[in-house]
Amino acid sequence: MKNILVIAEHDHATLKTATLNTVSAAQSIGGEIHILVAGSNCAGAAAASAKIPGVAKVLQADAGHYAHHLAEDLAVLIAGLAKDYSHVLAPATTFGKNLMPRVAALLDVTQLSDIVGVENADTFVRPIYAGSMLATVQCSAPVKVITVRSTAFAAAASEGGTAPVETVPAAAPLGVARFIGQELTKSERPELTAARIVVSGGRGMGSSEGFKLLEDIADQLGAAVGASRAAVDAGFAPNDYQIGQTGKIIAPELYIAAGISGAIQHLAGMKDSKIIVAINKDEEAPIFQITDYGIVGDLFKVLPELFAELDKLPPA
Amino acid sequence: MKVLVAVKRVVDYNVKVYPKADGSGVEIANVKMSMNPFDEIAVEEAVQLKELGKATEIIAASIGVSQCQEVLRTALAMGADRAVLIETDAAPEPLVVAKLLKALVEREQPGLVILGKQAIDDDCNQTGQMLAALLGWGQGAFASKLTLGEQEIEVIREIDGGLETVALKLPAVVTADLRLNEPRYVKLPNIIKAKKKPLETLSPGDLGVVLATQMTTLKVAEPPKREAGIKVADAAELVAKLRNDAKVI
Ligand SMILES: Cc1cc2nc3c(=O)[nH]c(=O)nc-3n(C[C@H](O)[C@H](O)[C@H](O)COP(=O)(O)OP(=O)(O)OC[C@H]3O[C@@H](n4cnc5c(N)ncnc54)[C@H](O)[C@@H]3O)c2cc1C
Ligand SMILES: Nc1ncnc2c1ncn2[C@@H]1O[C@H](COP(=O)(O)O)[C@@H](O)[C@H]1O
Repeated sequence: MKNILVIAEHDHATLKTATLNTVSAAQSIGGEIHILVAGSNCAGAAAASAKIPGVAKVLQADAGHYAHHLAEDLAVLIAGLAKDYSHVLAPATTFGKNLMPRVAALLDVTQLSDIVGVENADTFVRPIYAGSMLATVQCSAPVKVITVRSTAFAAAASEGGTAPVETVPAAAPLGVARFIGQELTKSERPELTAARIVVSGGRGMGSSEGFKLLEDIADQLGAAVGASRAAVDAGFAPNDYQIGQTGKIIAPELYIAAGISGAIQHLAGMKDSKIIVAINKDEEAPIFQITDYGIVGDLFKVLPELFAELDKLPPA
Repeated sequence: MKVLVAVKRVVDYNVKVYPKADGSGVEIANVKMSMNPFDEIAVEEAVQLKELGKATEIIAASIGVSQCQEVLRTALAMGADRAVLIETDAAPEPLVVAKLLKALVEREQPGLVILGKQAIDDDCNQTGQMLAALLGWGQGAFASKLTLGEQEIEVIREIDGGLETVALKLPAVVTADLRLNEPRYVKLPNIIKAKKKPLETLSPGDLGVVLATQMTTLKVAEPPKREAGIKVADAAELVAKLRNDAKVI
């Protein structure tokens, strides 16, 4: 059997956690695992990849034109390497979703998006229709190009391995796309997809000032802040807070939803959370069908009370 | 500049779907079908480009059963100039859709192709990126703002950490995210006008594309259901439950 190639998501110096979940999906397929770190001055991320137990080899492609992870340029590199592999996996983040279909098309193969289960080396489970159904699909392509939903696979360990790092030549830049800039949301809080607790607001929050109530509670709990699409569209929260079918998929230990009705497109992004709490003034709101603890009430009254209660709480 | 827009006919986003009794697929008989919501955004963007004088002609294309004419008529009512249906009873995979669209691109020579970022039935999020790869063009996936220039298009993209701006050489492919625009409501006179606009039907063979499949669905099932829990009276009771029963805070 051929080996499996995992495409690392990284910021050149460090690995993004979703890479570790992707390695773990690769492990459940079985086979020797290699990791590709393509970047610019990315020795740090390559060294971090080498420490993942179970990784046999790290491929490092270092070039200026990989500095901004442009899919146009990375896809050429990966398609060139892929013929030696049975599977090529990347996280189903905006990085992987942008890149992997391009890789697959260059290889003339189909692509599997967002897998949540591995049945065997060619059969996988993936959600369809906003997660309201799970499809088991068999793929006959000679190379399986896959994106992995990180909430479905535990993160692989990040320490203990000693894989060799091998340099691979960069591919020539395609020259059709140019990076101009980024506007990243700055926050001291944990990253949404990695947070143990997420507090999330919907249209019911009423305004971006309303979100302040949630932010205070998030800071008490060391939580990340999320939002529904309606809250993002209304400008209460930045786009990268959106949770759902077309936003981020998360599965924290605790998810607190305030002023969110519970549309299927929203549930798609959070229904695998361990404990779900909802605060909503409408007792018929669909979100209550999946909550462990629900409070029917006005969030502008309940959230300040929650803040006060948490403030009184002795350390666990 | 010509703009090509891809529109898919999907189960309406408000409909709850179920697996077929034998688990072989999704039951879509007698279910309300609509244009994929992201494709409405794609069409709206093309129409706005035409209104700004930057696009000269908008061609809407759909691949699927003959009823896809309905979503094409909607695109025409929104402002597309003509439509092409590539008719097939198969439900082609994104790679095949991308190959069909590529053949159409070669015939029509658009300067820009706009797709939705994701079809809400298969949730693949692949076709635009695949089309861009096959054409060797730049891809502005998950676009929330477009600025169309003479040689280049600037695209603001929604990414996990926030927003990213890229410039793509024209011609290029763009996929629409939710906040690119708000699609207009189609007015009755425009629906009537749309009936007279040209709608051409082709077969995949006309475009020289073979409908190969590399993916077989073995089973479709509902995920395990989550049970509704309890209602608590107030914040104090909630905090007590979270601390003592759920042990998550
Ligand atoms: C193609 C497509 C993709 C989509 N993708 C996503 C996605 O990724 N994520 C997502 O979230 N949505 C998505 N949606 C949108 C989704 O269908 C819903 O419209 C959206 O989730 C609703 O957001 P909401 O619950 O905040 O707003 P609403 O549905 O308007 O609900 C607001 C809730 O707040 C409650 N409320 C109001 N005031 C108060 C108060 N003072 N105190 C307590 N409760 C109060 C109300 O009772 C109500 O239940 C998508 C839709 C489409 C068509
Ligand atoms: N059968 C189809 N007909 C027309 N456009 C399609 C079709 N399938 C996919 N598309 C386009 O590709 C986008 C992404 O689809 P997908 O990759 O399937 O999630 C859609 O939003 C459409 O713009």
